[in-house]
Amino acid sequence: MGEKLRMTIIYAVLIICGLAMIIPFLWMLSTSLMTQSEFNKQESIFIPRVTYYIWDNGTQEQRILLVQEKGENSIIHILNEEDKIIEEYKEVPSSQVKKITKVPYFHWQNYVKAFNKVPFAIYFKNTILVSLFTLLGVLITSPLAAYAFARMEFFGRDFFFYLFLSMMMVPEPIYLVSSYVLLDKISWLDTYQALIVPWCVNIFTIFLFRQHFKSLPQELFDAAAIDGCSTFGMLWRIMLPLSKSVIATASIFSLIGSWNSFMWPLVMTNRPELRVLQVGLSYFNQEASTQTTLLMAASTFSIVPILILFFMAQKQIIASYAKAGLKD
Amino acid sequence: MKAKWKISPYLYIFPALFLLMAFRLIPIVMSFIISFFDWSIKGTGKFIGLMNYATMLKDEVFWRSMGNTIWLVIIVVPASIILSLLFAVLLNNIKALKGLFRTVYFMPYVTSLVAVSIVWKLMFNEQTGLINTLIGYIGISPQKWLSESRGIFEMLFSGLGINLHGWIGGPSQALFAIIIMTVWKGLGYNTIIYLAGLQNISKVYYEAADIDGASKIKQFFKITLPLVSPTTFYVLIMTTIVTFQTFSQVYLMTDKGGPLNTTKLIVYYIYEKGFDTLEMGYASAVALALFIIILALTIYQKRLEKHVNY
Repeated sequence: MGEKLRMTIIYAVLIICGLAMIIPFLWMLSTSLMTQSEFNKQESIFIPRVTYYIWDNGTQEQRILLVQEKGENSIIHILNEEDKIIEEYKEVPSSQVKKITKVPYFHWQNYVKAFNKVPFAIYFKNTILVSLFTLLGVLITSPLAAYAFARMEFFGRDFFFYLFLSMMMVPEPIYLVSSYVLLDKISWLDTYQALIVPWCVNIFTIFLFRQHFKSLPQELFDAAAIDGCSTFGMLWRIMLPLSKSVIATASIFSLIGSWNSFMWPLVMTNRPELRVLQVGLSYFNQEASTQTTLLMAASTFSIVPILILFFMAQKQIIASYAKAGLKD
Repeated sequence: MKAKWKISPYLYIFPALFLLMAFRLIPIVMSFIISFFDWSIKGTGKFIGLMNYATMLKDEVFWRSMGNTIWLVIIVVPASIILSLLFAVLLNNIKALKGLFRTVYFMPYVTSLVAVSIVWKLMFNEQTGLINTLIGYIGISPQKWLSESRGIFEMLFSGLGINLHGWIGGPSQALFAIIIMTVWKGLGYNTIIYLAGLQNISKVYYEAADIDGASKIKQFFKITLPLVSPTTFYVLIMTTIVTFQTFSQVYLMTDKGGPLNTTKLIVYYIYEKGFDTLEMGYASAVALALFIIILALTIYQKRLEKHVNY
């Protein structure tokens, strides 16, 4: 097979599969910009457009609803600016009725409508709050534990390390019900801390930090010890400044994980004021199930922050996931 | 330096250890204990021994959920592995636009499951969904998708006069819709892992094979596939574990695991028993059963890995 033909086939397959991967997003975006009546007509799938009738009587143009067209004359409703009927069943010459189609026509109002229909502003605030505090917690607990595991000798170190690792193997659904019972016992249901504190420890992140700390050269520590650096000082002034890429990786995993987490907040909170974005979106999915365009608008703005993060640091994010996968 | 700080290592691991004890270990142990109780929401329950487990073995919906979950896993895992390996091999062969393709394939993985579940639910809509429009272009009649309870093999083979009923009839078309979406969601991650695995294979092997005149296809089966097998095992184990935990798709795309419980998956069933009907003891028993299955499969796959790996 010729090299050129081979490359053409490879690119063709990659492009077709790439389209298949991205089409749901394109469809979401285009549907979010259609009016509901346009969407229901299903005339245009990807390019939002709008079709309406106007009555042009020579002196002015007015938006109308076409009720019936019968030969020379047509029966119309005249609409005002807000699409409300202001004059019913008017008979006008058919030649003065014009069909207008605007392609593309972006119905941005869907975003405003969806955002105000349920308190998405509160959901965003809660999600940002929970994500940032969880990240803070993870970035405090992980380097501390990793430091001990990587560079200290103490009784039970391996035991504790394997205890940590084995806990990572237990999937969330296994302890979901009992966690609910536990949080109920300590009166944490329906609180922010229920969404934050249990996730302030991330075993995988401890593991990443430990690997990195182990790879730092011993001379560094010896030199620091001679200079009278304390144990904590070594972590704070030497190891952490050398761990920027691990900190970045851990932050990315933590932020994406918190932003997208759903089952836990769904179960642990009930009050609408405490809903995070994903839970709010799922309720919106139930309430507005027939309002496709609004649902798509809400879905779009709920993934935009993560997509921005992703596109800003996509090389590093993809490399982090790849590296983390190979570590096991 | 080692001997100087005896107490301090424990101080360093304390915050993490405390949180792990309080919010992982204790709930896991509690889950085990609660499974022996008739436990509803408030107060402590009544000890009933193995009753929950006995009920579970006779519970048709439990077996139905288990059967659905098994269909999901045995279709999603191989499909995801084959497709992601294909993507990775193709991506590994090109230079231009490589980054763009990688980004596009990875995008579904970072976006929220809730949002994309809603999108796919609407895409599978019988009247206004994109999927029926697209298959219409190639002459396939509109399908009911998420509201179709018949199995896909049952539907395919009924045309040939073969009647397949029950589990062997395959996942319902509704569950099949969820399967498609689940493969799509996780594909990017596996592709990236494979791509990293492929980059570890030395070029020398391929150069030697080229000299010997081995075809690209032969090279794939004789060099790439065996040498990438550690990655395959990692992908196999991770995808299996993650797929067993599928929940959000059922919650968002279906009406409580319907039609006729054909999309009810085991984690959704745990959720339903725990938080809808408030049979928390029973839900914990089901959760433990799931845990044992996942654990057994992981150990089995690890053992297989030792046999097969080069």
